[in-house]
Amino acid sequence: MAATPSTTQSTRTLISSSALSRARGKLIYRIVLTLVIVVFTLVFIGPMYFLFSDGLKTTQEAVQVPPTIIPAHPHPATFVHAWDEVGIARLLFNTLYYAFGALAFQLVFDVSAAYALSKLRPVFGNVIFAAMLATLMIPATVLVVPQYITVADLPILHLNLIGSPEAIWLPSVANAFSIFLLKRFFDSIPGEIVDAAAIDGASRGRILRSIVLPISRPILGVVSIFAVVAVWKDFLWPLLVEAGYSPSHETLNVGIWQAAQSVPQNVVIAASAIAALPTLVFFLIFQRNILSGLTAGGLKG
Amino acid sequence: MTDIATLSEASRRSRPPRSTRSPRGGGRLGGRLGAKVRRNTSAYGFLFGAVACFAFFAWYPMVREIIMSFQQTHLGVTSWAGFANYDRIFHDPTFWLAWRNTLEFTLLALVLGYAVPFFTAILLNELRHARGYLRVLVYLPVMLPPASALLLFAYFYDPTYGLFNRVLHAVGLPTSQWVQSPGTGFVSMAMVSVVIAATWMNMGGATLIYLAALQNIPGELYEAAEIDGAGLWSKIRHITIPQTRLILSMLLMLQVVATMQMFVEAFILTNGGAGVGDNTLSVVNLIYTYAFALSGASNYDSASALGVVLMLVLAVFSGGYLWVTRERG
Repeated sequence: MAATPSTTQSTRTLISSSALSRARGKLIYRIVLTLVIVVFTLVFIGPMYFLFSDGLKTTQEAVQVPPTIIPAHPHPATFVHAWDEVGIARLLFNTLYYAFGALAFQLVFDVSAAYALSKLRPVFGNVIFAAMLATLMIPATVLVVPQYITVADLPILHLNLIGSPEAIWLPSVANAFSIFLLKRFFDSIPGEIVDAAAIDGASRGRILRSIVLPISRPILGVVSIFAVVAVWKDFLWPLLVEAGYSPSHETLNVGIWQAAQSVPQNVVIAASAIAALPTLVFFLIFQRNILSGLTAGGLKG
Repeated sequence: MTDIATLSEASRRSRPPRSTRSPRGGGRLGGRLGAKVRRNTSAYGFLFGAVACFAFFAWYPMVREIIMSFQQTHLGVTSWAGFANYDRIFHDPTFWLAWRNTLEFTLLALVLGYAVPFFTAILLNELRHARGYLRVLVYLPVMLPPASALLLFAYFYDPTYGLFNRVLHAVGLPTSQWVQSPGTGFVSMAMVSVVIAATWMNMGGATLIYLAALQNIPGELYEAAEIDGAGLWSKIRHITIPQTRLILSMLLMLQVVATMQMFVEAFILTNGGAGVGDNTLSVVNLIYTYAFALSGASNYDSASALGVVLMLVLAVFSGGYLWVTRERG
């Protein structure tokens, strides 16, 4: 299938540029474009706008019919109240701690494993890799109950990890998708580079540190984003291993949900708004990396 | 350890001088074997951390779950129970209800959460302006903490004070009870409400993946079709869809597998997952209920059996799907 780009137009899509430059085409295009922008803004930003503005309303105004778009009497005290009562600072800190700890463990263990599988190729390496990939076939929720039991009483070592950060960090290392991405990337590093370093007397660890890692920045970025987002968005697992045992160890999602049981709704909304802020800011800053990493991981060549 | 030391000693003596030695050991057996052993040892050193985590938290739990599904534990005494656990869950009416609900959710999510992102991507691909802005918009909900987004939707869905009903009321349209609708028909308003929330939260990812795939379609195909007089829908049917069919197929399978494991959405929206008359109870929710929420002794055994059933269903589905869609010839 010839894929030579046309020399007269850049990538052509369903509707040709020439159709759009005609008067009628232009008009339809402008109407559709405006419609799309308005509708999408309403649908995607609308709820978030209410997330933040309803937190500012007093309880009476929040339930008015018809609903007001701009709070008539802004009441920022609700946010302060939410911050204190739900203990958001603590929840945020916990979640960041878990997320970056998991990231650190994954970077150390999974990168080393992918390096070994790709460049060092030990005996039985294929078997191990296949066993890791096989875990992708097992739906995560199916494992939740036995994982919980295992974490409560680790075989051989007889440790109880419930309530400690390792309960989130260590299982996150068993991420076959990350290892798959890393190994695929490492496989694409020409063997000559590694061989040249070995001939010069570099140890394998040194090769990993000084040669493989610097080249691998793009894939490390993708894996890091996936790792942090996975912990940040997880609910069921932190609910099982961190909640209820020591409330000060809960993650953001679990903490807010628990607060929703006992705290008035507008405070819960205000708390949710505050909780949403870090992710939104993070996303807006790193959006280009996140969006390109998403498509890089999603497409197969 | 002595063997390795002896081997490397022997290989060191029999090796040619360092500068002419190839990194993987010399041409002679001794050098190659010694280097190979060393390479394997250090490789396993690198592998150790990840393999240990996989062993403890993936492989062992998997095996344990299958074994536990054939056991029963009473007052700390574990005994083999054959298929008794499976028998018990098959006779639980909630089991069948959970599967029906999950199927309902998966089918609704296919209509809303699979078709919508694809056509949204097609639409976005056609627009020449505001692309960056629209892409960010679509993906923004994906970045929200699920509890925040779902509590917000629960707040919107409140039948008396929620935003949706207040707006509907203000413009004179009939209101709905949304997630708290009591119906238990196959398509219940309650489940539709769950699907709407879930789609809003998650469609950004699929939309962007489709968008990237669409940009790989060669423009000449569209030109050629237009010369032959093809209209818009015809172009979509005969060019866009076939050109992206690999991605469409893969995401379809991934989405079905993912939606059959739905838990968080129903759990937070209905504050426990059951809904009115259990009409939003999903299979994973039932696993959770069996294991942690039953009064009296937690029943890990039933939960394990249900987990194995879920795994088998998904395995059969994935295997069957891959078989049916395999490349022929």
